[in-house]
Amino acid sequence: MNLDLAPEDRAFQQEVRAFFADSIPEEWKTTVRAGLRLSPENLVAYQRRLADRGWGAPTWPKEYGGTGWTPQQLHIFWSEASAADAPAQFHQGLELIGPIIFTYGSQAQKDFYLPRIISGEDWWCQGYSEPGAGSDLAALRTRATRDGDDYVINGHKMWTSYAHVADRMFVLARTSTEGRRQQGISLMLVDMDTPGIRISPIHTLDEKHHTNEVFLDDVRIPAANLVGEEGMGWNYGKVLLDRERMVAAATAMFLPQTLRAVREAATRRRTAGGLLIDKPEFRAKLAQVEIEALAVQAMVLHLMADAAAGADSGPRGSMVKLRWSELTQQATALWVEALGPKAQHFAALDEGAAPPQDMPLALQGALYARVTTIYGGSSEIQRNIIARRALGL
Amino acid sequence: MQFAFNDEQQMLRDSVERFGEEQWSAADRLKRLAEGAEGTARRWAQMAELGWLMLPIAESDGGLGGGPVEIMAIMEGFGRHLMTEAYVSHCVLAPALMQDGGAHCTALLEQVGTGQVRIAAALIEDEGFDVASIRATAQADGDRFKVTGGKAHVEDGAAADWYLVSARTAGVSGEREGVSLFLVPRSADGLTVRRFRSVDGHRHCSLDLVDVAAIPVGAIGGAADRIDAALDRAIVAHLAEAVGSMEAAVAATLDYVRTRQQFGAPIGSFQVVQHKVVDMSVACEEARALTMVAASQLASGGAASSLIAAAKVRVAQCGIAVAQQAVQLHGGVGTSEELVVSHHLRRQMMLDLAHGDRDHHKARFAELTR
Repeated sequence: MNLDLAPEDRAFQQEVRAFFADSIPEEWKTTVRAGLRLSPENLVAYQRRLADRGWGAPTWPKEYGGTGWTPQQLHIFWSEASAADAPAQFHQGLELIGPIIFTYGSQAQKDFYLPRIISGEDWWCQGYSEPGAGSDLAALRTRATRDGDDYVINGHKMWTSYAHVADRMFVLARTSTEGRRQQGISLMLVDMDTPGIRISPIHTLDEKHHTNEVFLDDVRIPAANLVGEEGMGWNYGKVLLDRERMVAAATAMFLPQTLRAVREAATRRRTAGGLLIDKPEFRAKLAQVEIEALAVQAMVLHLMADAAAGADSGPRGSMVKLRWSELTQQATALWVEALGPKAQHFAALDEGAAPPQDMPLALQGALYARVTTIYGGSSEIQRNIIARRALGL
Repeated sequence: MQFAFNDEQQMLRDSVERFGEEQWSAADRLKRLAEGAEGTARRWAQMAELGWLMLPIAESDGGLGGGPVEIMAIMEGFGRHLMTEAYVSHCVLAPALMQDGGAHCTALLEQVGTGQVRIAAALIEDEGFDVASIRATAQADGDRFKVTGGKAHVEDGAAADWYLVSARTAGVSGEREGVSLFLVPRSADGLTVRRFRSVDGHRHCSLDLVDVAAIPVGAIGGAADRIDAALDRAIVAHLAEAVGSMEAAVAATLDYVRTRQQFGAPIGSFQVVQHKVVDMSVACEEARALTMVAASQLASGGAASSLIAAAKVRVAQCGIAVAQQAVQLHGGVGTSEELVVSHHLRRQMMLDLAHGDRDHHKARFAELTR
């Protein structure tokens, strides 16, 4: 990838920079830097602003309403977004089901769903994992039974992030128990207001509500909501998992946001021998993470060069996901370290009092970061993928 | 070197174990945490009846004179069951700071031992964990003193009735000479207490003091050594808590990987998982051995501060790594509030910060062994 920008890319960079110059409210920034998601209302507002500018779907082809940007342009866009403390766009509609719909969906599905994803009108959630099907997703047991022009779905999904705000859910369900486990899995689109859906929150270690259990009890959907062919969901799902790793690649571009927050916190923190940022031990630690973050960004560039050349990137997405997730854990942990004893002040107990600067978000970020080596294919699974696909082991 | 508890210590350990199982069962944890201060007060009274509160207090101060190994027997149980009562702050650190501190200290410590009074140490200012890096000042005012300054963090200070406040009677920040220690009642004029909840269920505070009337503890100007010695005792107690928590996290993980089925087999049958659990158990052994050496040397009066600093660093590293891996191997469910394993992680992260994080004690170790 050519890092010396061509004149048209330089002009594009200026355009993007100008857009971000006044787009990101100050009060979003600490949340974004902690690697935490903004509230759904704010994320939708951000998506609308991008959509109004014509940039609602940066990774999509033009014919589906995307920008049709080159990988170089995408890289510029993400770099500028990162520098401006903009959030990553919510990915479940945009990066996960959207591309599946425009690749495998019917014309009616494309016409209806895609514009609503770009405009921020529809919030999608992913009904994949189940209590007995996590890393081993093919063990899923949710059943979809054909009944005339409908499917009737019964099952129990877990770790369904943002089900509590979503308008729609894409679901992997079993339509047959014949043959290999992977066969007989179908991908379906479900409106969240369909009778028979019950959502139960899962509270997590960061004391935020991101995720849920979803119970499906005789949920009746039109057969037209099947994506592609019956029994082919696993293949589409695998494309999705690859796509999820691409999301990690995009997210890796946002690592410098957290590192800036670490630097600022360390610049504020007084210690016995002067400011923390002036202490050689701390500088060395920060430098180490910054160096590794640069390496990950180089890996992202490589990945995108493959994309530009239309080449299969093999397991590089897994490699980026592996390294990014480790680094986001290290960076947020270093932030907590920079706060020192004040990281113990998570929430004020007295009226009128407030927790210290960066709290509780920095600590919530560090806790939430633990899930990044688990979700979207755990680090153990990513290593299996690399062993199999890259090394032939 | 003592690597096993004697009968008496074992009985103590068993008693805490029973208490933890009854009062802090993992299944009821969220309910316990939601009870807040009320539940703490109830359990504190039970601990007083069991004699635990007076155990670490010196006999000369009306206590039972229990040493670091007895305290370890207790604190392991606190760690295993993630009990949030502030035993180390009120029953180990405060009495150690006040030992032989005069008649008013003895009188207060008797009430600490019966659970009527809780005292927390206010030692940390904006400049961090070093006991001499303080700017709060104390000025003589007749036979009393008036303290002015700010304390950024008081471990377990939210429910304290009294504060042990370090302040300068001479010198400047960084000098050990001139650090003095004072008792201040919570109700004192000029004292503002701001309370905070931590992510592990502990309740801390910060203090602002403006001309607060204060009673000196120990020799004026020479409290830095007293504070360091008391902190060593508190730190070793916290190490025992960390070890108990680590061992519980490993046990929970072992149970989980034996029962959780993926790809048609328990995940514990996969070598990558086995090796991770092995590393966790090695870290436990490392932390336990180091903690027992530190506790028994402290008990015999021969513990070097460098050893305790080393143990603080290494146990924190092991504790955090073990808890992180415990969450990782549980997968998604490891991050849920409902399961106890992430509560171990939260406690380990906060234990690292209590009385100085890894970096502070690593630097201290380097300085002490120079």
